[in-house]
Amino acid sequence: MIEYAVQNRSTILEALVQHIWLSLLPVVFGAVLALPIGYLAVRYRWLYQPVVNTGGVLYSIPSLALFVVLPAILGTGVLSPLNVVVALTIYTMALLTRTVADALTSVQGEATRAAYALGYRPLRQLVGVELPMALPVMLAGLRVATVANISLVSVGALVGVGGLGALFTRGLQLDFIEPILIGIILSVLLAAVCDLGIVLVQRWLTPWARLEAR
Amino acid sequence: MTAVPMINYFAYLFDGANWQWAEQGSIPHLLLQHIAYTLVTVAISALIALPIGLLIGHTNRGAFLAINIGNAGRSLPTFGLLSLIVTLVGIGTLPVLIVLVVLAIPPILAATYAGIRSVDRSAVDAAIGMGMRPPQVVFRVEVPMALPLIISGLRSATLQVCATATVAAYVGLGGLGRLLIDGLSVNEYDRVFAGAVLVALLAILLDLLGAAVERAVVSPGVRSPRERRTRTTSKSRTRPVPTAGVSS
Amino acid sequence: MITFDEVTKAFPGGTVAVDNLSLELPTGQITVFVGPSGCGKTTSLRMINRTIEPTSGRILLDGEDIAKQDAALLRRKMGYVIQHAGLFPHRTVADNIATVPLLNGVNKKQARERATELLTRVGLDESMAGRYPAQLSGGQQQRVGVARALAADPPVMLMDEPFSAVDPIVRDGLQKEFLRLQAELGKTIAFVTHDIDEAIKLGDIVAIFRVGGRLAQIGPPEELLEDPADEFVADFVGRDRGFRGLSFLTADDVDVQPVSVAVDGDPRLVLDGDGRPRGWADGSDRVRPIAGTFTPSDSLRLVTDLAISSPAGLAVRVDDHGVADGVVAHEAVARHLTSLRRADEPARTRAGR
Repeated sequence: MIEYAVQNRSTILEALVQHIWLSLLPVVFGAVLALPIGYLAVRYRWLYQPVVNTGGVLYSIPSLALFVVLPAILGTGVLSPLNVVVALTIYTMALLTRTVADALTSVQGEATRAAYALGYRPLRQLVGVELPMALPVMLAGLRVATVANISLVSVGALVGVGGLGALFTRGLQLDFIEPILIGIILSVLLAAVCDLGIVLVQRWLTPWARLEAR
Repeated sequence: MTAVPMINYFAYLFDGANWQWAEQGSIPHLLLQHIAYTLVTVAISALIALPIGLLIGHTNRGAFLAINIGNAGRSLPTFGLLSLIVTLVGIGTLPVLIVLVVLAIPPILAATYAGIRSVDRSAVDAAIGMGMRPPQVVFRVEVPMALPLIISGLRSATLQVCATATVAAYVGLGGLGRLLIDGLSVNEYDRVFAGAVLVALLAILLDLLGAAVERAVVSPGVRSPRERRTRTTSKSRTRPVPTAGVSS
Repeated sequence: MITFDEVTKAFPGGTVAVDNLSLELPTGQITVFVGPSGCGKTTSLRMINRTIEPTSGRILLDGEDIAKQDAALLRRKMGYVIQHAGLFPHRTVADNIATVPLLNGVNKKQARERATELLTRVGLDESMAGRYPAQLSGGQQQRVGVARALAADPPVMLMDEPFSAVDPIVRDGLQKEFLRLQAELGKTIAFVTHDIDEAIKLGDIVAIFRVGGRLAQIGPPEELLEDPADEFVADFVGRDRGFRGLSFLTADDVDVQPVSVAVDGDPRLVLDGDGRPRGWADGSDRVRPIAGTFTPSDSLRLVTDLAISSPAGLAVRVDDHGVADGVVAHEAVARHLTSLRRADEPARTRAGR
């Protein structure tokens, strides 16, 4: 297997690089979009249920279905990477909006009421008090979304845009097991690295969590 | 590729010929196959994962296993595993279904374990102190209280299987995925579209069914606080003050 | 009767929670285990229903070693009430209460009926039967917890800080109800608390534990107040032992003067048309409301308090109809205490607390 890896390293590397940006871009876009929507869903109570329901429905849709339906809606070609990025962004948003909303709701309590009484304005309070407190929960959701995306990108190979998924299709076509194994290993490693990365970011951003007594 | 006018995409879906029951490969046939694969897979995974999750949760031994299998399962590329099994063993329905079962175990196991651990310890203490034997404690107290999380695990496993089964058409499995894969290979995008729409609708329907099951089976006393809040009268809950819209 | 016979509990890691404990919990009485954190009171309680097993020693229930009995069946014979009630959120209040009878095979209808009966017994409205625990307040949940423990009519009740998690006003109400119930039912009760006042208020026998799981003193509450075994007990029981000890003396032997003394005095006692005391009047038109009245069966503590808080220094005694029939001056109380101290065998009776 090592031989195969060495021989085909440029293809493999190309696949890996494509996989990385195909999975991480949607995470970033999805997270950035989920924050305001999640906040609104908490600020305006009546929005919560519709937002969560829509997210639930969107998240139910099988990825392959979304990959092939988006071209019709977006007007892109079926084989365009944009489909995969948009589809995964939709999934990430669907997942994270609820996470953000629930996290913000759960941190409401004495600390936020104290902040309000101290004279914090809403935006400052959101950014300076609520978000930091909600970080652990939100980052946990981010980990789930990232790892899920990394797995889903491979499915894009069926519409020609698969990152490491190309290794799987090649293995199937040629009946070779090596590319498949390499693809799985790299995919799992990538997921582990990203997961660890987020954990480290969490440790860095929330130093108070480590100082708890006991 | 130039964009095809929207209306053409629906051709396959609305062609009556594709809805003939008797036909191999007709929509109803594939639909039923897909439903069957999904439900049978989840049932078998549940049969394996539920007891293990209950045991680990109740005794809290092997927690490491439950948590990490849950995480590991999520990071495995489903398409990769399908390709692997087929390359190893050859094309066939059984190997693929086995992969589907294996992939569905982590979410059910993790959710079951999390559910049991989330149960209020004082209720369990009271149950033991009152004279319930361990199986009674598990099934009369812990499980009913853990049900919301357990069912959410089952629902998420169902969606996952439904989606992966679609992809599995690439390695020869039947079901609605066939429309997608076969359509792609012969450039019949109306067929692809039909498959996508149908499988999306099926997934949504299965999820709604799951929600209905949850409503039916979970005791009203255990529902998530959000749901309960709309039902109970009593204490006024102050809205979260900072987000209640303060003009400053 | 529950007997502890040289019971020790040592946890792996070295902590000795209970150290060679031997004591008796008399049948039909409330025995309170009280002490600071880490004194082993809860551990001792939990060894009675074997939710914790002793490392050495035996515990006997009516002479039988409990270790030899089936643990689950043993527990069904004991009511178990814990802090925060531990109600099952997925069951209605009625089904919660009916838990043990249902476990014992009683049919559903009967069990539910008994549950409703017990609801009223613990002071709750029948309409609560169909509610879920999450819809109840803390105090209500505790009452349901007690009802649940009583459902199978067990001879023994184990109660672990049952009233600690509610606010003082609710707690006071619960304690009074509890004493009323016990007066009706006469169960053998082991009660754990960290609150010495609660222990003195509720216990027929009080056992004070020290940190490290050893018994510091055991006896009726008045004994602990009058005669603490050592400095730890004296400290734990707290200040104003003497004053609190007055709760255990009755007022029936104290010198009583006629009501006219108060009515003609200054400030003077004001009675209404039926002879019931309303308050005290000084030179001005103002009538200060009376702090309270006592009957012969009330405690000396109450009488002393009333005498002290009256502007005339007189406590007013009333009969069954609330009509004033005598007054007691605080000097009379002091004389009474002196005479008690001089007597050889001071008569002590339990007064209403």
